[in-house]
Amino acid sequence: MAKKPDTPRKEAPAKKKAMPPMLDRYRVLDLTDDKGALCGKVLAEMGADVVKVEKPGGDASRNVGPFYHDTPDPEKSLNWFAFNQNKRGITLDIETGDGQEIFRKLVKKADFVIESFKPGYLDRLGLGYKALSKINPKLVMTSITPFGQTGPYSGFNGPDLVTMAMSGYTWICGDPDRPPVRFSSDQSYYQGSLQAAVGTLIAHYHRQATGEGQHVDVSLQEAMVWTLCYAPHDWYLLHQNIHTREGSFWKRLGVTYRLIWPCKDGYVCYRLLMAQPGAEVMNDLIASMNKEGLGLNMKDISWTTLSFTEVPQAQINEWEAEIGKYFMNHTKAELHEEAVRQRNVLQPVNNAKDLFESPQLAARDFWVQIEHPELGDAITYPGPYFKSSDTSWQKGNRAPLIGEHNEDIYVKELGLSKEELSVLKRENVI
Amino acid sequence: MKKAKYALEGLKVVDFSWVFTGPMVTKFLGDHGAEVIKIESAARPDGTRLMTPFKPGAMGLNASGVFANYNSSKYSININLREPQGKDIVKRLVKRADIVLETFGPGVMTKLELDYDELKKVKRDIVMLSMTMVGQYGPHSRQPSFGQVLQATNGFVQLLGWPDRSPSLPVAAYTDYIAPWYVLIALLSALDYRNRTGKGQYIDLAMLEASVHLAAPVVMEYVANGTIQNRMGNRCPGAAPHGVYPCKGKERWIAIAAFSDGEWEALCRVMGNPPWTKKPAFATLLNRTKNQDELDRQMANWTRKFTAEELMAKLQKAGVAAGVLQTGEDLVDNDPQLRHRDHFKVLDHAEMGPHLSERPPFRLSKTPAEPQRPFPSFGEHTEYVCKQILGMGDEEFAGLIGAGVLA
Repeated sequence: MAKKPDTPRKEAPAKKKAMPPMLDRYRVLDLTDDKGALCGKVLAEMGADVVKVEKPGGDASRNVGPFYHDTPDPEKSLNWFAFNQNKRGITLDIETGDGQEIFRKLVKKADFVIESFKPGYLDRLGLGYKALSKINPKLVMTSITPFGQTGPYSGFNGPDLVTMAMSGYTWICGDPDRPPVRFSSDQSYYQGSLQAAVGTLIAHYHRQATGEGQHVDVSLQEAMVWTLCYAPHDWYLLHQNIHTREGSFWKRLGVTYRLIWPCKDGYVCYRLLMAQPGAEVMNDLIASMNKEGLGLNMKDISWTTLSFTEVPQAQINEWEAEIGKYFMNHTKAELHEEAVRQRNVLQPVNNAKDLFESPQLAARDFWVQIEHPELGDAITYPGPYFKSSDTSWQKGNRAPLIGEHNEDIYVKELGLSKEELSVLKRENVI
Repeated sequence: MKKAKYALEGLKVVDFSWVFTGPMVTKFLGDHGAEVIKIESAARPDGTRLMTPFKPGAMGLNASGVFANYNSSKYSININLREPQGKDIVKRLVKRADIVLETFGPGVMTKLELDYDELKKVKRDIVMLSMTMVGQYGPHSRQPSFGQVLQATNGFVQLLGWPDRSPSLPVAAYTDYIAPWYVLIALLSALDYRNRTGKGQYIDLAMLEASVHLAAPVVMEYVANGTIQNRMGNRCPGAAPHGVYPCKGKERWIAIAAFSDGEWEALCRVMGNPPWTKKPAFATLLNRTKNQDELDRQMANWTRKFTAEELMAKLQKAGVAAGVLQTGEDLVDNDPQLRHRDHFKVLDHAEMGPHLSERPPFRLSKTPAEPQRPFPSFGEHTEYVCKQILGMGDEEFAGLIGAGVLA
């Protein structure tokens, strides 16, 4: 439903001095790979001290592209940069005795542990929640896996392609004459990671009130089920799988209408507005079309009071064909500018470049630059997703290099000697 | 310290949010034990109440399956916010609350004289969050919008579909299912800040900005390398096969991926090592990647002979990544994993009858996430909220009903 805004503040509020983060310097031990990396990042940008714990040589997800300047290198993965920004990093082999002892010491002082190993792996090492909660009863430990810690599918091999399929998301995406498709991006990992952060903070709230820690068990499949909206409820109430893959169209209640429209230089996203407040802006669009000799028979229609169920599909198709011709005469930028002016709902189908050049994001100082001294470059990252009257989002530093903070943590914090550190290095423990 | 059964016991939320996104936030809070009071008015009930699917044969404001799912554990109070006495009741609720959430367009709360500056006077340390499509200010903040089109602005539509075709539409507005989790993260963090410092705050959260974080590598690839990533069908660099293949039955499909040579060999063993798999064209990951069209055809010829379920069982047993493309029917009726996790709860609503309430996708080991009660009928708790929660007398309540302030 279109929401019509009212008398907005046009200008950004005056900038104040640097404001504090919301979360304290809570210590987070982050043992995740790309399935769970966003969870720790979310806590880091709120102010937590997130220490990534990688196996010696670095986590395998450092090898997931795209890479900076297309150079495959564990220190150049843009994917790794994106989701590990603002964390510190140490290396530790938790399969060795020394590694486990060090890990237990770290857990003693930690507020959170986040991990995305296969269910049962940490238990086998004696580092599962039960064991760690004995060391630190206030610990909140969060496990992010494709299907959850227990149950018939908990041992399944579940990359994004599989968790998306199992969630019901893929079946409803794509063109009718080809197989269903997934997003060309690991969205189930990100959804699961965000939900993990929510569960973690709910457990944290409880801990702060009661002193009791607990284990948070997240399923990527279930996280994606939350994004379906209709499918489970259509089935339960109506015994129908109403949405099939419909390409550019949306079908419901027996009406089909177009959402994705080709235009002069790409695509725009738009829907005929009917039967709702705000639909009168259709008349402004039609006035623009009329100037180009299009939609002449669409004048004087009372769009706000039209009912979807009363308009025949052939009529909708005819209107859409006229609007489609108008869109083909214009670029997505032109159409979007006009929609902003007319307070219509059309949006461009943006690619990365369009998004990066968005005037709205620029006006809110959204993008941030982070220095990468080793690359001799600064890279632009997504920035604060909220503005607060009293606190602020934390940009922090670039993602850690492999073992970058070993000395900070092991020597300065745990008090290991430099000699012990070299022994551990030689044994490949760190 | 006192043990609470629910993680968020004692937390109080005044909820002006409506239409999909905000209500998911307050459902998560309510199902973990928070008290959520949903402010509605006859002039604008939550529009999700009018969204299908409805219970068959039922209509009206208390029969939507989607609304039912997103609004468990809440009280609904029907207040006329244009009346000064209506605003006064809101302030009495805010005075005892921790959180105020609203998702109107920019400026609406100011016009209602219920913005942060006003509410702060009533409750000094209130945490108030406004969620809008693109933020409270900026050149596009006045443009009306909704999730189905915002997901295009965000770049998600561009990343779904086939490279040689127009993009595909995510059925449910994808950005509507990103922002709520960021709102929860911000609110729970703000409560931690308040508990430590005694300070509340106002948060302006933009759905567009939150959602860009889930496209971060795509934007950074453009910024750093000048490359604009396009949709790739089901392909994925570093894996071959990586696709969706037909199975026995109507619209039955399976997703199969092999990232390493080990996974490929395991897949070949399950297929019975047919001669085509031994050709040089398929011997290495790089060769398979180059010959993916042929690989997909061969895979499809094999998968067609089986049901998706039997193939998934066989392949997963051999360690191969494989999953049935499940439908709504599969999720609700057949999926043993979701049943094991008790994802769908059936609740019985006095007017609507049985419907599904989904549980959050995480399980906390010591505190439950359980609906406190089914979704509220429109204005169901007006009297309860006024009398039991605010302690209003019978006479005052009757007067406000009579004056059309409450209903």
